[in-house]
Amino acid sequence: MNQKQLATSAKNTWCPGCGNFAILNAIKTVLTVLNEEGFPLDRIVLVSGIGCHAKIVDYVDVNSFYAIHGRVTPVAEGIKLANPDLKVIGFAGDGDAYGEGLEHLVFAAKRNIDITMIVHNNRVYGLTTGQYTPTSPLGFKGRSTPSGTAELPLNPLELMLASGATFIARGYSNRLDLLKKTFKEAIMHKGFSLIDVLQPCVTFFDIYEYYNKHVYELTDHDSQNYETASKKIREWDYNSDNPIALGTFYKKESSSFEERFLEHKTKTIDKYSKIKETLTKYI
Amino acid sequence: MNNYSILIGGKAGDGINQAGLLIARIFNQLGYRIYMYYDYPSLIRGGHNFSIVRATKNKVGTHLDQIDFLLVLNQDTIDFHKHRLKKTSVVIYDSDGVKSEGIGIPLKTIIQEEKATAISRNSCLIGGFCKAAGIKYNILEQVFKKHISRDMELNLRVAHRGYKEAKELTKTRILSQRPLPLVTGNEAIGLGLIKGGLSTYIAYPMTPSSGLLHFLARIAKDFSLKVIHPENEIAVILMALGSSYAGERTAVGTSGGGFCLMTEGLSLAGMSEVPIVIMVSQRPGPSTGVPTYTAQSDLHFVLNAGQGEFTRFMVSPGDAEEAYYWSTVAINISWRYQIPSIILVDKTLSEGVFSFEKESVKTLKEEKPLLWDKKQPYKRYLNTKTGISPLSFIPDKDAVIKVNSYTHDEYGITTEESQMLSIMQDKRLRKEQYLIQELQKYETVKRYGDESSSVALLCWGSTKGACVETAEQFGLRVVQPIVLSPFPIKQFRERLKGVKKIISVENNSTGQLVRLINQHGFNVDEKILKYDGRPFSLEKLEADLKKVIK
Repeated sequence: MNQKQLATSAKNTWCPGCGNFAILNAIKTVLTVLNEEGFPLDRIVLVSGIGCHAKIVDYVDVNSFYAIHGRVTPVAEGIKLANPDLKVIGFAGDGDAYGEGLEHLVFAAKRNIDITMIVHNNRVYGLTTGQYTPTSPLGFKGRSTPSGTAELPLNPLELMLASGATFIARGYSNRLDLLKKTFKEAIMHKGFSLIDVLQPCVTFFDIYEYYNKHVYELTDHDSQNYETASKKIREWDYNSDNPIALGTFYKKESSSFEERFLEHKTKTIDKYSKIKETLTKYI
Repeated sequence: MNNYSILIGGKAGDGINQAGLLIARIFNQLGYRIYMYYDYPSLIRGGHNFSIVRATKNKVGTHLDQIDFLLVLNQDTIDFHKHRLKKTSVVIYDSDGVKSEGIGIPLKTIIQEEKATAISRNSCLIGGFCKAAGIKYNILEQVFKKHISRDMELNLRVAHRGYKEAKELTKTRILSQRPLPLVTGNEAIGLGLIKGGLSTYIAYPMTPSSGLLHFLARIAKDFSLKVIHPENEIAVILMALGSSYAGERTAVGTSGGGFCLMTEGLSLAGMSEVPIVIMVSQRPGPSTGVPTYTAQSDLHFVLNAGQGEFTRFMVSPGDAEEAYYWSTVAINISWRYQIPSIILVDKTLSEGVFSFEKESVKTLKEEKPLLWDKKQPYKRYLNTKTGISPLSFIPDKDAVIKVNSYTHDEYGITTEESQMLSIMQDKRLRKEQYLIQELQKYETVKRYGDESSSVALLCWGSTKGACVETAEQFGLRVVQPIVLSPFPIKQFRERLKGVKKIISVENNSTGQLVRLINQHGFNVDEKILKYDGRPFSLEKLEADLKKVIK
């Protein structure tokens, strides 16, 4: 198995230089490695929403559910609950995950359900041709806000920490090796994991240069500690010019939703006689 | 006497639904067939709640306005329901708090003496009722022992005091019929879904659909079901589609407002061809409307919900047996045709209690979907003659299974290519033609009453009960389409053969079934519509009918 074998017949239609290529490259590498390590690829499911990011499932030849805008998380949760032996990886845009479907993200984190969410965060709506998103900086001039936005961005990682996510990380499409490492770590983590990937849109919000100047990789960071994680997560609020940390902010071992929920759900029953038995209680 | 109508009333928190059920179960033990209507406002304490129990020799499916026994826990019950009393009616009331004529029982004093909880006043009242109706105490005892879990002994003691306090006014005949399970419409739907292989049920609470959620959650362990209550109805249907995609037979349930949120998911099911069963229990709208009351006003909304054109199977059962039977059909068809199946009911059916005769329902089993034979490389959307593509489920080492909300090719890969768009739309819609053919095997439109009559009452869903009973008295025919999509034109026409006058009876203000059959080229002569949140009683329908048939 190599990256080439994971390709499909679909023609890639992302803009040249798009940050999504790095995410595609990283996930293919990680899937290849997982397979080499003995995890069968037929137990992988990819889920995507709607937006430029979503095309990623067309480009990887594994099981996938190309869902709708904002709803990647519940689809991924439903798949995981149906079969906890699967590894379910959701891809969502920032408008998708943090705007249209924010509530699902909060609840998936609260449940600590064992899925991985990879957010392609370009901080702009690409496919709908350039409007602001929940993580666009204050004053962002988009097609729906020509004089600049009047609202501050959301710090999604801070929200995820408060919601109970047990794996929180940030990646950058221009730091491919770190991205691969973080994806692998997130997928192997038991419980809800989210990686916010800074992924510049070369057409509508090209900030490669800005990121290149501001990003740094977390080292000597205690990711098991909630307080230090919280402090690091709040260092950059998606608006200020503070340094932008990359890597894993928070990681906690905890039982997952499906472990708690599915405890008694595996026995087989003769439903026809059980229906009869149930009905006698109603006489 | 072998035909009773009993009303028990009090305020919310008095346990009126439970008390009505206990009375129903007592008559059930005596061989009677039961229908119970439960009326309650949307509040937790206070207000006025009442249950009307009908106990009859033959099955009925509607309540009466007139009552034989009025069981009274508070003054409101007398004041609100006096008009229902006949000369022969008996009132049994709490003489500690209510002014009335009839049999007074000092309920408050008795429960204080017995150190029982306030809610056990209704047990005491039921004791008094059994005595007055000439029902043996041991029947009450048997029912209490089986169906009261908390403080059973205490409830029995209190009931016995009530029994001793009252005097016997009549004798209730014992009928030589075996008792039947008493189930709500929601419970019948749940059992029908289980029979069809349900493994996962996902719902957000919303009256009057919540009874299905509660029932399935309660029996989840027995049937190894996964029952999940997520953050909202959007999550409900999307989770459900994820679950179905991974091979679990999954259903969801809601009412109008929740269904609004589900429509994007419904359309996704149509495009992705992921099976899903949706139970929608109607209540009056628009908007919040009247949460705990009834209506049939979402027919066209549910029938047309979701962007784009796709096939849906929709049934509207009219009693518990039909709810059970058609829920099994709904889940089977959803999986065999890979389309959404909708079970459209209302508060009257969902929360009404029926004598349930499982043996009278045609045998059905879980039917497997069309599965991939592994002879050719797997294509999730293989373009077949019937439009149905063989399924494979994850994990399958030989198949990559891709489903897609976007227009896609046979592999499930997105395409916007013009020819492929129409090929795949044809493929999806073709399934409907085969579904229509298959539905010929089922009794999709029912007929009751005098089948030679040239006047037909037309009904759908829960109004069946009132229509069938009224038609028997008037010598009319009743025609009830159960399948509403795809509309069974052929069977509908057959059932109407010889009819010169059609009168549609509906719990809405515009005649939604009329509009539906108009689309198929049928005309209706009269409409009898009721849209005050309450179902038709027998007397109400009789009175309305007299006005239109003269």
